Amino acid sequence: MTPAGALAGIGRPVLAALASLGRIAIYAAQTITHLVRPPFYPREFLTALMQVGWLSLPVVGLTALFTGGALALQIYAGGQRFSAEAVVPQIVAIGMVRELGPVLVGLMIAARVTSSIAAEIATMKVTEQIDALVTLSTNPMKYLTVPRVLAGFLCVPLLVAIGDIIGIMGGFAVGTGQLGFNRASYIQNTVNFLEGSDIITSLIKGAVFGFIATVIGCLYGMQSGRGAQGVGAATKNAVATAAILILAANFILTSVMFGQ
Amino acid sequence: MIALQGVHKSFGPNRVLRGVDLTIAKGTSMVIIGGSGTGKSVLLKCILGLVRHDAGTITLDGQDVSRVERDPFLARFGMLFQGGALFDSLKVWENVAFRLMRGAGRLPQDQARQIAIEKLRRVGLTPAVADLFPAELSGGMQKRVGLARAIAAEPEIIFFDEPTTGLDPIMAGVINDLIREIVVEMGVTAMTITHDMTSVRAIADSVAMLHQGVIQWTGPIGALDATPDPYVQQFIHGRADGPIAAVR
Repeated sequence: MTPAGALAGIGRPVLAALASLGRIAIYAAQTITHLVRPPFYPREFLTALMQVGWLSLPVVGLTALFTGGALALQIYAGGQRFSAEAVVPQIVAIGMVRELGPVLVGLMIAARVTSSIAAEIATMKVTEQIDALVTLSTNPMKYLTVPRVLAGFLCVPLLVAIGDIIGIMGGFAVGTGQLGFNRASYIQNTVNFLEGSDIITSLIKGAVFGFIATVIGCLYGMQSGRGAQGVGAATKNAVATAAILILAANFILTSVMFGQ
Repeated sequence: MIALQGVHKSFGPNRVLRGVDLTIAKGTSMVIIGGSGTGKSVLLKCILGLVRHDAGTITLDGQDVSRVERDPFLARFGMLFQGGALFDSLKVWENVAFRLMRGAGRLPQDQARQIAIEKLRRVGLTPAVADLFPAELSGGMQKRVGLARAIAAEPEIIFFDEPTTGLDPIMAGVINDLIREIVVEMGVTAMTITHDMTSVRAIADSVAMLHQGVIQWTGPIGALDATPDPYVQQFIHGRADGPIAAVR
C-alpha cells in the first residue's frame, strides 16, 4: 500500500465519523429549536413518557440492584487487601451515585429505548408513514422527535435517581446480609458521605444521557434505509452510537464536574 | 392545474427523471403508467415536495410549488399511499380524522370522529371498523381506510399511488370503482400512478406513460388503444418483446 493509500484509509473513516457527528449535532440543534415552538403534541408526549420512563423501571431497577450488590462484594474483597473493608457503604454510595447509576441507566436506556425508537421510526419511514405525516401537514420532527426527546430528557434523571437508590439498597442488602455490616451504621455512613452535589451531577448526567439516547434513536430511524435490512441497520447503529456517545459524554461530564 | 416542465431528479448516478413535461387539467383524472422503477412515485413525491427535484419547474395553478407556503399547499392535497401508510399506533377513525384534528381549522374530537365514520361509510366500511387498529384490518380494508383518510378533509387534488397493488381482482375492482366515484362526486383533480391496466381504464380521463425518465406518450384514455406508439402498445398488452427491455 502506498503512503497516500494508507492516509486515505485512515482519513475516510475519520471523515465519515466527523460527518456523522455533524449530522447528530445539527439534528439535536433542530430538535431543541422545535422544543419551544408550537404546535405541541401532548398525547404523543404522554405516550413517550410511558415508554421511556415507566416501562424502563424494571430493567433499570434490576440492573441497579445487582450492580450495587456486586459492587459491595468487590469493594469488600478489594478493601481487605489494605484493611479498608469498612468503606463499603461510602464507596457503594459514591460509585453508584456519581458513576455507575447514571452510566448503567444510560446504557440500559440506549438498549431499550434507543433501539425501540429507531426501529419504530425506521419502520414508519419504510412503510411511508413519515411521508403520510408530511402530506397531512404534520412535521415529523415535532410529532415524532420532540415528544420522545423531551420525555427522555425529563424521565432519565428520575430513572437515574431511582437506579441510584436501588443500587445503594443492593449494596446495603449484601453488606448487611452477607458481609456483617450493622444496618444503622451502614445507612448513617451512606447518608453522611453523600453530598448534594453528587446527587445533582448524577441527575445532570441522566438528563444528558436521556437526551442523547432519544435524539440518536429518532435520527437513525429517520435516516433508515429501505426494507427490513434498513430497519435492522438503523436500530443496530443507533444503539451502538448512543452507547458510545453516552460513555464519551460521561467522561466529559466527569472531567468537567470532578476533574482536578 | 398542475404543470411540470423539464423536471429532473437523480439519486446519485441514477437519473430517475430526465426532463418530465406534463400538464394535468383541473377536475380531470390523469393516470401515469410505466414499468416498475421508472420514477412514477418519485414524480408524484416531487409534486408534493416530499422529494426535492433537481431541475425544472412544478406549478400548481401557476404558483411554483417549491416557493409556496407548505401547510396551505399540502391542505389542498389528499393522498392514498401504496401500502396505505396508516399510523399503527392510532385507531382507524383517528387515522381518518388525523388532519381534521390538527392545524388551524381543527375540529372537536366528537365532530372529527363523526366525519371519519361518515367517510368510512363512504368507502364501504362499517362504523364498527372505526375503533380497530390498522393491524387488525385486511389489505383491502387498509386501502379503503387510506382512501377515507385521503378524502376526509375534502381536498381539491387527490394522488393515488398504486391503489390496487396487492389486492385480489374483486377488491381491486371495488377500489377502482370507489376512486372513480369519489373523483366524479367531489370534482377533484386526480393523479394516479399504476401499472394495472384495469385501473387505468376504470379511473383515467387521460393517460401519460413514463419511460426512461420522460413522458413517452400522453393522451386521452380513448386514444390509448389506438396509439401506434410501440412503447405504449408493448406496455398495455404486457408483451415481453418490444422496445422496453424486459430485464432492466
